[in-house]
Amino acid sequence: MTETITETGGAVNEAGDGATPVLEIEDLHVTFPGRGKSPDVRAVRGVSYGVRRGEILGIVGESGSGKSVSSMAAMGLLPDSARITGSIRLHGEELLGLDDKAMSARRGSRIAMVFQDPLSGLTPVYTVGDQIAEAIRVHNPKMAKEEVVQRAVELLELVGIPNARQRYRAFPHEFSGGMRQRVMIAIAIANDPDVIICDEPTTALDVTIQAQILEVLKTAQRETGAAIVMITHDLGVVAGFVDRVLVMYAGRPVEVGPVDEVYYRTRMPYTMGLLGSVPRLDLEEKVPLVPIKGNPPSLSALPPGCPFAPRCPIARDACREAEPELVPVGADGHTAACLRSAEIGEQGWTATDVYPVPEVAEAPAAALPRAERETVLQVEDLVKHHPLMKGAVFKRRVGTVYAVDGVSFDIVEGETLGLVGESGCGKSSTLMEILSLDRPQSGRVSLLGRTSGAMGARERFSVRRDVQVVFQDPMSSLDPRMLVFDIIAEPLRTHRYPGKKLRARVEELLDLVGLDPSHASRYPTEFSGGQRQRIGIARALALEPKLLVLDEPVSALDVSIQAGVINLLDELKARLGLSYLFVAHDLSVVRHIADRVAVMYLGKIVEIGEVDALFGAPSHPYTQALLSAIPIPDPEKERSRTHIVLEGDLPSPANPPSGCRFRPRCPKFLTLTEEEQHACVETSPQLEPTEQDDQAAACHYAEKRVVV
Amino acid sequence: MSMSTERAAAPEAGGQRAPEARATGRWGSVLLQLLRTPRVVFGLAVIAVMTVMAWVGPMISPWEFGERDYANFLQPPSPEHWWGTDNTGRDVFVATMVGLQKSIIIGLLVAVLSTFVAAIVGAFAGYFLGVTDRVLMWITDLMLVLPSFLILAILYPILRNQGWMVFVGLLAAFLWMVTAKMVRGMTISLKEREYVLAARFMGVPAWKIIFRHIIPNMSSLLIVDATINVSSAIIVETSLSYFGFGVQPPDVSLGSLISVGARQAVTHPWTFLFCTGLLVLLVLAVNLIGDGLRDALDPQSKRRS
Repeated sequence: MTETITETGGAVNEAGDGATPVLEIEDLHVTFPGRGKSPDVRAVRGVSYGVRRGEILGIVGESGSGKSVSSMAAMGLLPDSARITGSIRLHGEELLGLDDKAMSARRGSRIAMVFQDPLSGLTPVYTVGDQIAEAIRVHNPKMAKEEVVQRAVELLELVGIPNARQRYRAFPHEFSGGMRQRVMIAIAIANDPDVIICDEPTTALDVTIQAQILEVLKTAQRETGAAIVMITHDLGVVAGFVDRVLVMYAGRPVEVGPVDEVYYRTRMPYTMGLLGSVPRLDLEEKVPLVPIKGNPPSLSALPPGCPFAPRCPIARDACREAEPELVPVGADGHTAACLRSAEIGEQGWTATDVYPVPEVAEAPAAALPRAERETVLQVEDLVKHHPLMKGAVFKRRVGTVYAVDGVSFDIVEGETLGLVGESGCGKSSTLMEILSLDRPQSGRVSLLGRTSGAMGARERFSVRRDVQVVFQDPMSSLDPRMLVFDIIAEPLRTHRYPGKKLRARVEELLDLVGLDPSHASRYPTEFSGGQRQRIGIARALALEPKLLVLDEPVSALDVSIQAGVINLLDELKARLGLSYLFVAHDLSVVRHIADRVAVMYLGKIVEIGEVDALFGAPSHPYTQALLSAIPIPDPEKERSRTHIVLEGDLPSPANPPSGCRFRPRCPKFLTLTEEEQHACVETSPQLEPTEQDDQAAACHYAEKRVVV
Repeated sequence: MSMSTERAAAPEAGGQRAPEARATGRWGSVLLQLLRTPRVVFGLAVIAVMTVMAWVGPMISPWEFGERDYANFLQPPSPEHWWGTDNTGRDVFVATMVGLQKSIIIGLLVAVLSTFVAAIVGAFAGYFLGVTDRVLMWITDLMLVLPSFLILAILYPILRNQGWMVFVGLLAAFLWMVTAKMVRGMTISLKEREYVLAARFMGVPAWKIIFRHIIPNMSSLLIVDATINVSSAIIVETSLSYFGFGVQPPDVSLGSLISVGARQAVTHPWTFLFCTGLLVLLVLAVNLIGDGLRDALDPQSKRRS
């Protein structure tokens, strides 16, 4: 079964030694022995792949699928307690069983790694230049000092750090996350490795930065000709970036092949589910997402047979008996581990054929035109500035962080407003200002006609009923010391819900969000992320609010689970006539769920409008760049797109540029004549309606452009 | 209803959660880990034996506390007086057991009381910040800079007629400050947790949030701290009593016994060795338990197997 993967392969860019793979992994098993009585965790069970020079292999899978562990094994970075069997060969040389010293000679020089978290990847006490120099010197001890510095500066230039010679002496904390990730890449390619393993290199970054980093990785690959193993959960990144893809589930590859084959001629229901559960940025029509029911199996207690069988809608009895092997199912070494793959191919089934698609009803209020519906939330010119203080005893103000700087929007009954923007743009501050119900520093927030800060204590308490919130992190949004029953009952008890009806109401709520009412007597730690998020939603719905504020409710969840939660939110909105204020950085999710979208940049809304109009033809250069930076899980489309890659990082909100805040990064600004630029530098643009509808952009030279 | 997408998946299929998160719950697993650590088991056993001894010992001994054997002054251990007698003919075994009783009671009470005060002060200061924080922390800092030993030594003789409970209160009053500072720091970070925000946004009053969400989520810190406070309370109590400021005759504590025995430790070692040995053993046992608890509750300090 392994030959099929290694013999044939995707595009080999360099013919040189394309015949033998640079890195070859065969039948790799990794087991972590359980402590005490707990059973062993079989993290990787039989992974085989090979990558050639210049090839990019994508490994996709949900968290816990063993994708990172298999690569850590290749790097020899697993703890000693792990039991590793199989074979890992670099240029035909067996790596497994080498001691740490022998591995160290190869790590960094022939096989390198880029980690997910750029914040903890660099030592804070050394300059970035010294850290790159160290990576060079460790493998070239004879190199002269000046040469090493010269090489480090070259590397910094290569990964796109401006003023490389000066920045050589900068410390990691002076760099933004994106810049640090560039430095990590510079370290990885310092010794011209043959293989670079990238473990979710862009997951912790914003989309515009992600686009930059992917460009840098492509440059790095061009320069070194290395093979890249790209581990990610983002199917969009995979579509545009890799040659071949390996889909992992429960520690095993379930489908392998060239990216087009896997995306367009999917033969394994799990891959189908993954592709079907991603909200698409490029589809106007609102179709419900395809959720995969259930959760991934525990790696310490796997069911016999196909590990996906319990979640698979087309599983047969035979699936539960023996685990299927990877068998060839199509051209170019496309293999899948599914008993029914031949059938799927013959019938030409797609995700919607295999998975039961939930129906989503239309909200009754949506039938009315927007102007006739009741306004639930109105925000006018909201301002939140944090003072920057200095000094220990006598504090003096040394500056201001313009977290939210004049934000206006409104939400009507039954409507979803998506508030999007990169991290640090003031989305969360806006939410907290609205939810606090305090008088804002300036501007006005009114909820159902009642103005924040102008209410008495009792009125304020009663307004709390109508506005509830669902948080991002399902791990910290539920008190770990309370039973699920008490968690959901907390808002009810607070608002004096009759005690006798309490249990019935909690059970009703659990049922509403798709959980078993008998789960009320468990603790939150016993649930998976998706289930906890459902508990959070149940708590928020307990008081029958009119407006639900959703702060990145699905960004911490795996895609297949995310789809279920999004569908639930869609359905609840339709059934209960809720309005949502949906804050997210994932624009695909927003496109799927929102009716209107507001795009924030550095504390201001730069563009607002109806979702299809705005996504279809954004008119602010920032919106255009943001949308263009998002990879689409469709290989052909993705390859044919040209991304607008923004320069630089988000400026500090403590020191925003004059005039238009987007000016320093604006691609449009560069094309303007000096006179035209004058307006951008001098005056801050206001939200001006563009042409018809209610789409408005804060740009002096707004111009609609199709980018998706 | 079409949203029963996850109903089929009972939590037992919940991915690769840590096995500790199973039905046993957090405290169950902590207890299991504690019982697997030999030093904790040793500490617990020592404390249990000492507690039983302290209360049962005087009952099975033929001598009463306060009873004097005028035929035997300063006699070495014998079948009649198991641990010998002291200068006034008291049975050393009975006196030591009664002293041990007092030391254990005072240690426990002081620890519980001071941790309780610390939790309240720290949590309120950290939750409200602003003026509340400044006032409470000002008081805390003031208490910290006062030389507690000196003040206790001066105050207690004035209050001695009120009995030893006042002594407990005084001791607790000088032990809570460092914990309160720690609690304040933890509260500030817990306050930003989303479940606390959620409670705030649903209109739960602040004091309820503190007692319902904040203090229970610090319980591990508080328990560890209380345990460590037990040993420091015992030590402060004994040292005060040693200097004659603490427990006053006719009451005895380990401290006052040590102080009497210390003068004749070389000539009549039984009046000194037993009470000192018990004190060392008691504090050691409490510290072993505290150490083990901290390791069990803090995932960071768990050693890799």
